Amino acid sequence: MSPTLLLLLALGLGLAGWLAARARAWSFRRASPDGRLASLPSYHAWYVALWIVLPVLIFVGAWSAIAPGLVTQSVLATPAADQLPAFGFQRQTILNEARAVASGAAQGVFNPLAREFVEPYREAISRYNWIGIIVTLAIAFLGGVWAFLRLKPDFAARNRVEKIVMAILLGASLVAILTTLGIFVSLVFETIRFFGMVNPIDFLFGTHWAPDPMANAENPDPTRYGAIPLFWGTLFIGAIIAMIVAIPLGLMSAIYLTQYANPKLRAWVKPALEILAGVPTVVYGYFAALTIAPAIRDFAISLGASSASSESALAAGLVMGVMIIPFVSSMADDSIAAVPQAMRDGSLAMGATTNETIRRVIVPAALPGIVAGVMLAISRAIGETMIVVMAASTAANLSANPLDSMTTVTVQIVAMLTGEGSFDHPATLSAFALGFVLFLVTLGLNFIALRVVKRFREAYE
Amino acid sequence: MSEQIAPTRTPAFEARLKKRYAAEKRFKAMGLAAIVFSVAVLVYLLGTMTLNGIGGFQRAEVAVPIDFTQAGISADPSVMGTSQAMQSLEAQGLRDVVQYFAIEELGEAGAEEIGTQAWRDVAAAISADPGIVQRQETFWIPASADLAQGLAGEGSAEMQALASQLAEEGKLAKNFDAGFFSRADATNPQQVGIWGALKGSILTMIVTLALAFPIGVLAALYLEEYAPKNRWTDLIELSINNLAAVPSIIFGLLGLAVFLTIFPSYRSAPLIGGMTLALMTMPVIVIAGRNAIKAVPPSIRDGALAVGASPVQVVFHHVLPLALPGILTGTIIGMARALGETAPLLMIGMRAFVASPPDSFTAPATVLPMQIFLWSDEIDRGFVERTSAAIIVLLLFLLVMNGLAIYLRNKFEKKW
Repeated sequence: MSPTLLLLLALGLGLAGWLAARARAWSFRRASPDGRLASLPSYHAWYVALWIVLPVLIFVGAWSAIAPGLVTQSVLATPAADQLPAFGFQRQTILNEARAVASGAAQGVFNPLAREFVEPYREAISRYNWIGIIVTLAIAFLGGVWAFLRLKPDFAARNRVEKIVMAILLGASLVAILTTLGIFVSLVFETIRFFGMVNPIDFLFGTHWAPDPMANAENPDPTRYGAIPLFWGTLFIGAIIAMIVAIPLGLMSAIYLTQYANPKLRAWVKPALEILAGVPTVVYGYFAALTIAPAIRDFAISLGASSASSESALAAGLVMGVMIIPFVSSMADDSIAAVPQAMRDGSLAMGATTNETIRRVIVPAALPGIVAGVMLAISRAIGETMIVVMAASTAANLSANPLDSMTTVTVQIVAMLTGEGSFDHPATLSAFALGFVLFLVTLGLNFIALRVVKRFREAYE
Repeated sequence: MSEQIAPTRTPAFEARLKKRYAAEKRFKAMGLAAIVFSVAVLVYLLGTMTLNGIGGFQRAEVAVPIDFTQAGISADPSVMGTSQAMQSLEAQGLRDVVQYFAIEELGEAGAEEIGTQAWRDVAAAISADPGIVQRQETFWIPASADLAQGLAGEGSAEMQALASQLAEEGKLAKNFDAGFFSRADATNPQQVGIWGALKGSILTMIVTLALAFPIGVLAALYLEEYAPKNRWTDLIELSINNLAAVPSIIFGLLGLAVFLTIFPSYRSAPLIGGMTLALMTMPVIVIAGRNAIKAVPPSIRDGALAVGASPVQVVFHHVLPLALPGILTGTIIGMARALGETAPLLMIGMRAFVASPPDSFTAPATVLPMQIFLWSDEIDRGFVERTSAAIIVLLLFLLVMNGLAIYLRNKFEKKW
C-alpha cells in the first residue's frame, strides 16, 4: 500500500481536528464572562491536532513495515500455494512477479505459475489497504475525541502542548544516537556472523584476498579472506598518494590566501576551491577513469614500464588528492587565522621576512590544527568510494609500485554487495566486516582529530 | 662601545640578505603555484566535461520526408492524443510506411540504419498534431548507434563512408536532442534520456528533505536551547559529530541491513534512498542549525521571557525565525551533498536498469549520479558524450544550489 495516502489522510484529519478544536475554544471564550481562557484557542487546536497526527504517524510507520508480510502470508494460505516450489530463490521470484502485477508495477508475468497468484495478491493487497485505512481512521477518531473531550475553559492546553513539543524535540535528537547504534549493531551483528565462518586472525592478517561468491558457503577457504592487501591499497591510495598531492597544495594555498593574497583575489579563489569540494565524487571518478588513468598509462609506457595498467593506484590517488585539497586548505586556513596577530607582528618586528615568520612562528603555532585537518582529510580519503570504484581495480595487490592496480576496502564492499552471492555467504558478509573496520578506523581518526583541535583551541583563549 | 658594533652591511650580510629575500620570493611563488594548480585542475575538469558533453545534448538524425497523402494512414482526432494512439498507428502499418519512405530517401543501406523504434517518434508527432496525415512532412529520425558512430568518424569503414555520403547530401546531421531531457534510460545511446534519473533524484530529495530538515532543526533546537548538560546530551552531541564524519558508504550498509530488512519490497525505491540519505544529511543540518541558533543574541530571549513568554514560545516565536536563514543555508549545502551522493545508494540497490521514470515514492528508480555511474560502464562511444552531458546537468544543479546558499548567506547575514 502507499504510505503517502495514509500520511495525507493523517494530515487531513489533523487539520480537521485543529479547526474543530479552535472553534470549540472560541465558543468557550465567547461564553466566559471576561473573555479569557487558560490558554489561547490555537493551543487547544494544536493539542487536538497533535493527539490525532502523532498516534497515526506511529501506526503508519509500523503498518507499512508489517503489511507486506501479512499480505504474503495470506497469499501463502491460499490453496494455490501448494504448487509453489518449497523454498529458495525461485519461489521468491514467482511471488515477486505476482505482487508486481497485482500492484500495477508490471504488465505481465514470465512465469505461468505466477499468474495463479495475481488474483490472491490483488485481493490481499486491497483487503489490507482497507484494514490500514480503517484502523488509521479509528486511531485518529479515538485520539481526536479523547483530546477534544478534555477541552474546557480552564484547561491548560499550552502546558500540555509544550510538554509534547519538548518530547518531540528530545525524540528528534535521539535519532542521532539511534543511527549510531543502528550502524554499530548492524555492522557488529553481520561481522560476528562472518567471523563465525572465517577466523578473525585469518581476516586481519592474511595476505591473499580472493573471496569466491560461488563457492560452498558452508566451508569457506580462510586463506582467501586475508584483508591485508585491501588495507594496504586503501592506505597507499588514500593516505599516501592522495596526501602527497593534497597536503602541500592545500597548505600552500591556505598560507598564500591568508598571508599574501589581497582580499579581492581571496574573494574569488576561496569559493573556487570550495567548488572543488562540491563536485560529486562520481564526477571525479569519471574524470579519473576517462582522462587521468589513460594519460598515466600512456606516460608510463612511454617511460618503458611494461606492466602499466589503466587502473593504476596513481590515477585514483591523484584525483582523490585534488578532491581533498579544499578540505586541507580550509582546516589550515582556520587554524592559521587562530594564531594571535601579536605573535606574527613580534616576529616581523624582529626583522624576519614573511616566509620566515610563517615557517618558524605561524605554522608551528597552528600545527595541531593542521595535523587535525590532515587526519580528518585522511579519514575522508579512506572512506571515499566512487573515485576508487571507478578508477582503481578490483585486483588485490600487495605492491608499492603506484602504477600497479590495487583495490581498497570500499571497492571491495561495493564489489561484494553488488555481486551475485546470497546474503548468507561469507563473501557477502565480509563486506560488513570490512565496513566495520573502516567505521572504527575513521571514527578513531575523527575522535583524535577533534581532541587535538579542542586542546589546541584552548591554548589561545 | 660604538667600535664594538660591526658595520651591519658587511658583504656576508648582504649575501645572506639576498638569499633570504630570494627564499621569500620562492615561497610566495610556491603558494601562488599551488593555487594556480588547484584552480587549473578545476578549470580542466569542467572544461573536459563541457567539451565532451556538448555533443551529448545532440544526436545523429536522418531526414525522412513522408508523404502521408500516399500512405493512407488515418488519424482519428478522438483516438490521437490518448494512450491508444500508438497501438492504432501501429495497427495501420505506420512502421512499414516509415520504412518505405526511408528506403525511397536513403536507399536500402541507409534505411537499415534508422533506429528500430524510430517510427514511435513519427507516431508521437502524429498524435500531437493529427493534421500531419493530410500533407507531406519531413521528419528527423534518430539514426542507429552504428551510423552515429560513423558520423563521428569511428566504427567500420563502410559505415563511415555511408555517413559521410548522407551527411554531404544533407540527409544526416547532429541535431539538438530535446528528448534527452524527457526520456529515461535505454540500452542504445541514441535513445537515452535523463528525465527518469532526474525524477528519481527529485523524489529521493523530497524524502530526504522531509525527514532530515524537521529532525535536524528540532534536534538543533533541543541541544542548543533546552538540553541540560549531562552525560546523555554529551552522548547525543558526540554521536552527531561522529555521524557527520562517517564515510557515506557506511550509511549504505546501514540502509541495507536495517531499512531493506524492514521494507524488503521497496528495494531501489526513492523512499529507501531518501531515508538513507536523510540519516547522512541530518547531522550536517544539526551542526549548521546549532551555529545559526547560537548566533541569535541572548537579549532577544531575555526580552521575550521578560514579557511572559514560555520557553517554548521564546524559541518558536523569536529564536527560530531569526535563525532560519542560517539553518536554510546549511540545509541547502547538506542537500547538495546528498544530491551528488552515489555510494550509499549503490548499496541499497538503486543501480538497477530502470527504463521508465518512477511514478511514486515506492517505484523502482535511479538517481542522476547513479545514472552517470551506470553509463560510465558502457563501452559504446556514444555513452561517453551522454555521460558528460548528464554530468553537466548535475553540476548545473549543484552550482545553482550552492549559489542559492551563498546568496542567502549574504542577504541574511546580520551583525547584532
